[in-house]
Amino acid sequence: MKNFIDIVDLKFSYNNEGNNAKNILNGINLNIKKGEFLAILGANGSGKSTLIKHLNAMLLPTKGNVFVNGINTKDEGKLYDIRSTVGLVLQNPDNQIVASIVEDEVAFGPENLGVAPKSIRERVDMALKLVDMYEYRKSTTYSLSGGQKQRIAIAGIIAMQPECILLDEPTSMLDPEGRKEVLDTIKSLNKNYGITIVLITHYMEEAANADRIAIINEGKIVRIDAPRIIFSEVAFLDKYQLSIPTVVELIHKLKLNGLPLNNMALDERECVNILKKYFNSLE
Amino acid sequence: MLNNITLGRFFPGNSFIHKLDPRVKILLMIVLLFTVFLSANYLSLFVNFFAIMLFVSLTKINLKTYLKSMKFILFIVLFTGMLNIFYAKGTAIFKLGVFVITDEGFNNSIFVSMRLIMLILVSSLLTFTTSPTSLTYAIERLIRPLAKFKIKTHELAMMMTIALRFIPTLLEETDKIIDAQKSRGANLETGNILNRIKSFVPVLVPLFVSSFRRAYDLALAMECRCYKGGEGRTCMKILRIGSNDIWAILIVFGLLVFVLIINSLFPAVRL
Repeated sequence: MKNFIDIVDLKFSYNNEGNNAKNILNGINLNIKKGEFLAILGANGSGKSTLIKHLNAMLLPTKGNVFVNGINTKDEGKLYDIRSTVGLVLQNPDNQIVASIVEDEVAFGPENLGVAPKSIRERVDMALKLVDMYEYRKSTTYSLSGGQKQRIAIAGIIAMQPECILLDEPTSMLDPEGRKEVLDTIKSLNKNYGITIVLITHYMEEAANADRIAIINEGKIVRIDAPRIIFSEVAFLDKYQLSIPTVVELIHKLKLNGLPLNNMALDERECVNILKKYFNSLE
Repeated sequence: MLNNITLGRFFPGNSFIHKLDPRVKILLMIVLLFTVFLSANYLSLFVNFFAIMLFVSLTKINLKTYLKSMKFILFIVLFTGMLNIFYAKGTAIFKLGVFVITDEGFNNSIFVSMRLIMLILVSSLLTFTTSPTSLTYAIERLIRPLAKFKIKTHELAMMMTIALRFIPTLLEETDKIIDAQKSRGANLETGNILNRIKSFVPVLVPLFVSSFRRAYDLALAMECRCYKGGEGRTCMKILRIGSNDIWAILIVFGLLVFVLIINSLFPAVRL
């Protein structure tokens, strides 16, 4: 697979003048493949949000380069190409909605891009159907639930026909119901439509859905690996102040207490299967 | 408590009035307001009121919603009505001590109150049935000629869209902050006016701070979605004047002419 986003030796500090200013990002190298689902984990202040703002040229590297589809994000002439290729969804659903009506909100992106009115309508309908909010197209945005607002925000990005969506803790302000809605939407966009997803999250259960997990600490990537491998190393997760998914913790504690389980579970079904196997072996 | 404000809100619907072109609606609202102020006798006032109530019923929005929007202005209506009753010179029809109600004063107070009520009804008619975005889009279109005088019409319209969009959000937030401050023992409801205004400072400061944060986030989100001002921007909804709009124009102008005819046929009420 060709690399879609290339981050080469990226360093960033908010203070350009002082040479001794502390770097928020301290030499990041990362490749993101097309169609991939990448989760980024890290403690507060580790530089996760700063990193993904580099992927759509909201921030430019102090040192190093970021390439999207081979285009350097420092190339000012291509700024809007990059931003329409890589969309960003923020944490607070209330703060990123521009319009009062759902369909106007979704149309905002393509309108900015100067798309012809007729094809804006097609894109809006398509995007709303993808996030399963089509029947709400005439409603007011303030009457929606948090999960619905966040799905509208995602639809607003999809309407720009991006290849990649960045999500900066999109579920942290939602209730469990809304969290599930948004995660299902993200998963379906990745699986069924091949859209590259970069998800920052604090919920390990969400990260478990990713193809790869990148762990950031103090502006550096300390580890990139598949969830199955990372979650099997409980001591490692503890070291970087990351919580452990409930099912992983359960299996881990059972093992510690002497149960001879050798597999590792990522979700409830796997966990049940492992336990079933164990009970069957007892008989 | 603040959620009860209906003035300026939009109620989605599918009625004849909802479907009118927003530009036509704005212009017709202005004509209607003129008609209201032109009506010089009770008959034309009544015809006006009847027509407006007809339009109100056409929107298929509950009459209660309209009444709610008037709740806040009712005080002003009553106040000006009362003032007008007593502060007019003319033939006295009722006397009680220093209070003298004159014929002119009586007419005046009825006319002023009725006009105020109709004013609110007409403007509610517009805002209830027009989504803020199409309203601002229409305003942007109507003030486009001003761009010749280097007035940034798109920016004005965008500011209005965002302001309208954030009214419910900020109201909700104000409610939350009020509750938060009350739970810490803030006293917001008793004391004289000056004290009450003072006690609102701890509500306004956090509201301002969080509004700035919201503005930062919104600007970020808008930039992410390639917003670069009005240049090269298209719009999903294309405004077209249809047969419905022409009917509406005919009806409203018919009303204006009718009111003018009544005015000329019957003597004006002395105010």
